[in-house]
Amino acid sequence: MNPAGTAVALAAGLAAAGAAAGALLPGRARVPAVGLCTAGLGTAGLAAGTAALDGVRWSARLPGLLPLAGAHLAVDALSGLFMAVAGAVVLAVAVYGIGYAAGRGPYGVASRGVQSALPVFALTLVLVPAAASVSTFLLLWEAMALTSLVLVLAEQRGRPAVREAGVWYAVMTQLGLVLLLAGLALFAAGAGGETFTALRAGAPALSPAARGTVFVLVAAAFASKAGMVPLHPWLPRAHPEAPSNVSALMSAAMVNLGAYGIVRVAFDLLGGGPRWGWLLVLGTGALSAVHGILQAAMASDLKRLLAHSTSENLGLVLVGVGAAGLFASAGHPLPAALALAAAFLHVVNHAVFKALLFCAAGSVARATGLRDLDRMGGLRARMPATAGFFAVAALGAVALPPGNGFISEWLLLQSLIEGLTVPGVSTAVVLPLAVAVIALSAGLSAAVFVKALGVGFFARPRSERAAAAGESPPGMLLGMGLLGLGCTGLALVPGMLGDGLSRAVAVAAPGGGPPLTGDSLELRLEHLATSLSPLWAAAALAAGLLAALALVRVTARRGRRSHVKLWDCGGGAPTARMSYTATSFAEPLQRVFDDVLAPEQGVDVTPVRASTYLVERVSFRRSVPDRIERRLYQPLIGAVDRLGEAARRLAPGSAHRYLGYGFCGLVALLLTLAASR
Amino acid sequence: MNGIGTAAVAAQVTLVVVGAPLLTGVMRKVRARLEGRAGAAVTQPWRDLRKLLRKEAITPLGTGPAFRAAPPLLVATTAVVAALVPLVSTTTPVSRRADLILVVALLGLGTVAVALAGLDTGTAFGGMGASRQMTVAALVEPTILLAVFALSMPTGSTNLSAIVTGGLHDPVRLASPAGLLATAALAVAVLAETGRLPVDNPATHLELTMVHEATALEFAGPDLALVELGTQMRLTVLLGLLASLSAPWGIATTTTPLALALALAVLTAKVALLGAALAAAEVFWAKLRLFRVPELLAGSFLLAVLAVTASYFLTGE
Repeated sequence: MNPAGTAVALAAGLAAAGAAAGALLPGRARVPAVGLCTAGLGTAGLAAGTAALDGVRWSARLPGLLPLAGAHLAVDALSGLFMAVAGAVVLAVAVYGIGYAAGRGPYGVASRGVQSALPVFALTLVLVPAAASVSTFLLLWEAMALTSLVLVLAEQRGRPAVREAGVWYAVMTQLGLVLLLAGLALFAAGAGGETFTALRAGAPALSPAARGTVFVLVAAAFASKAGMVPLHPWLPRAHPEAPSNVSALMSAAMVNLGAYGIVRVAFDLLGGGPRWGWLLVLGTGALSAVHGILQAAMASDLKRLLAHSTSENLGLVLVGVGAAGLFASAGHPLPAALALAAAFLHVVNHAVFKALLFCAAGSVARATGLRDLDRMGGLRARMPATAGFFAVAALGAVALPPGNGFISEWLLLQSLIEGLTVPGVSTAVVLPLAVAVIALSAGLSAAVFVKALGVGFFARPRSERAAAAGESPPGMLLGMGLLGLGCTGLALVPGMLGDGLSRAVAVAAPGGGPPLTGDSLELRLEHLATSLSPLWAAAALAAGLLAALALVRVTARRGRRSHVKLWDCGGGAPTARMSYTATSFAEPLQRVFDDVLAPEQGVDVTPVRASTYLVERVSFRRSVPDRIERRLYQPLIGAVDRLGEAARRLAPGSAHRYLGYGFCGLVALLLTLAASR
Repeated sequence: MNGIGTAAVAAQVTLVVVGAPLLTGVMRKVRARLEGRAGAAVTQPWRDLRKLLRKEAITPLGTGPAFRAAPPLLVATTAVVAALVPLVSTTTPVSRRADLILVVALLGLGTVAVALAGLDTGTAFGGMGASRQMTVAALVEPTILLAVFALSMPTGSTNLSAIVTGGLHDPVRLASPAGLLATAALAVAVLAETGRLPVDNPATHLELTMVHEATALEFAGPDLALVELGTQMRLTVLLGLLASLSAPWGIATTTTPLALALALAVLTAKVALLGAALAAAEVFWAKLRLFRVPELLAGSFLLAVLAVTASYFLTGE
């Protein structure tokens, strides 16, 4: 039997077993049983994805599973890539989740409802890329949205912020579904069939207007899932408020499916979109990247910071996808393939380092109850392994060698430089700006993660809770270790992915040939005389480090280091309150981007009653609100509110009036029908 | 061939390591002379380094591996960059790997390491320095990469050797508006990246105006020596890179010992000249207020954008 098919069947079976275990097993046995089933499911997903990346194809039609249409599943290299990423993340996070949820009370993350939803959510993450018909896809998509909503709300008891996040998430994700439903229904009606094969065959027959409409609707729906501006406000709410293992799954696996959807529908099914559509995708991605990383630079809540950084990284992915579409629509398959490969590699890299970052943040939250960077500090000495894992993942996130994020951003820049061979004024204007956006977000992300690591984990504790922190249990460390291994592997030998990436790219943008080849030592770009050898760079850095240490050792007169107290300007030992907090660290950046961020601050001076010259209390507050949210969503919500209030007057409780509505409605309908005949 | 190539790499690294403190010495001397002072000898920075290296190594209480690793990492990143960039020869065993983006990122790694060390001390000055340094670094990054983009457009590759060789074969490219604008943008970025006036004052003793110095405040003895050496090496490498990109003449394209020796001499002269010019200019500049620095960097970013646009529209594609 086909290995991918076997693995998919196995994953479905394990998810059912996990859900049953979550619902039926009592107290202590529940969490490990569910965790093991989910980990097995992840492994199966990883196996299926890897097999597909190796060139295995599999498709199945299960007529009995869904009424009318039946369920269609198909696995090719493109779905394989996203299945493998989701499977790997699910595997590591499930192992982490056993330790994370163990010992929690009957409510929250260890409860029956949450534990039985978790395997189902994991299964949908793995299976959405395998869906091969509109109805199957929408069903799995909606199942993913609903189970993740249950999981986001896991810790809502007594926490209004979680409920608010749940409402935002529910509304945004359902609006996204409406757009997706409309877009895909329009597509299926025009193509004359709802399986992906029929869509592919019928796409050339669509009129340009219909193509454009389908493209915009579908791209908007998927962009909202990826947390793109301006459809992003749910992401920095829902991701931080969910339990950390769920945050990791959402941020590392679920948002990727937004990028997958755009690639699958626009490239594979529609066979390429309009040029302006791709410019829109690229612009949205660029805007989201800068917006996300700026908000992350201002955030002092660790998980919120990570959620904003997710928005940034998916923005970079969409820059790659949009650039690929732009090149492909201009008839240049080579740079298109390269840009798409860069976007895919960034999806893989981001998934691994972001899952690890959220897991490490979850460990901190579990050990201290803190998410506020301003009150952390000193965790390096108290949670050395967690701090180490956070550092490894942060190195990946800052796009500096020898981290894994550097490689995909390097590839993205290379693809944009190669894209200059594409003639046209739009490329001449857009590509330099895209390079600047990537560079700015890379620079800001360095500041963001220096802040997160340096303020959160280094120096001395700034609160009693941080001082009392202890290391996480071994199960959580094992899960994080798997992800850390993934980060290191992707950072040092990304060339191993070369063939798989080329196959995935060939599904979406055929005709480009393999954009990159590589072995364990090197990543080579075909068509460009450029190569990158991360292993070599890491070895050179290590050699340089050894040489510098040898210089010190050779010249030193005294061997041992002595420990002395910090320089205190003669004013007594500096206290932890004197050290820089996340807010103060971000202050210069906030001033620089004052016009963009529009921070709000106020000083309240309360004088003593006897004299206005004597001050009793001064309070200072500052917040950096999300401007898009404030300008776009608050008026919108206000308008809907007012509309709702006004609509209440339509229903005063009079039966006569309701009958009158019915009559008027009927007449209007008949008139419309008569007019349209 | 390979032997000479390896010798060229070794010569580059040695020249940067040995020459960096001397360059600082020359710059201080020029500055002193222009200000009417006699100034210390050119070898004074080396004597300072020797003195610091022989002192006791000190770890402030409460600091961890990040503090310990930063000084050697700063030197290591700069040494790797010195080996990569074509300063003396364009045909070395590593010239195939001399990617401009990689070079920029390696220098960024050094900056990040020092900023983390500053935060690791947990003092107000360390945090302040780290925060300012990362702010400047974040704003420099777009300028540098856009200048890289402009420079790599005619060659179609970000490989440094290819860019420098292209400049040698086609000198018009260097004097074209795009080339000049990109070089100007890169020059401003180099000033910011190396913490020179008007972005940062390397000779400051006032903590409140410090950027780089504040992160290095807790380092003493050998650690401080490495930080100083690393900073000096960064300046040397970046000036050398600027020289190779804007005036590549004299660099060895063949692998003969004679060409190598000539290239070494020319490089020394070019870097010394650039350093002296920078020192002379610094006499007339005042340090910008920290919150005016973004304006300078925005200006240089604009130059880089113009460079890209010029190279696109003026090459007639």
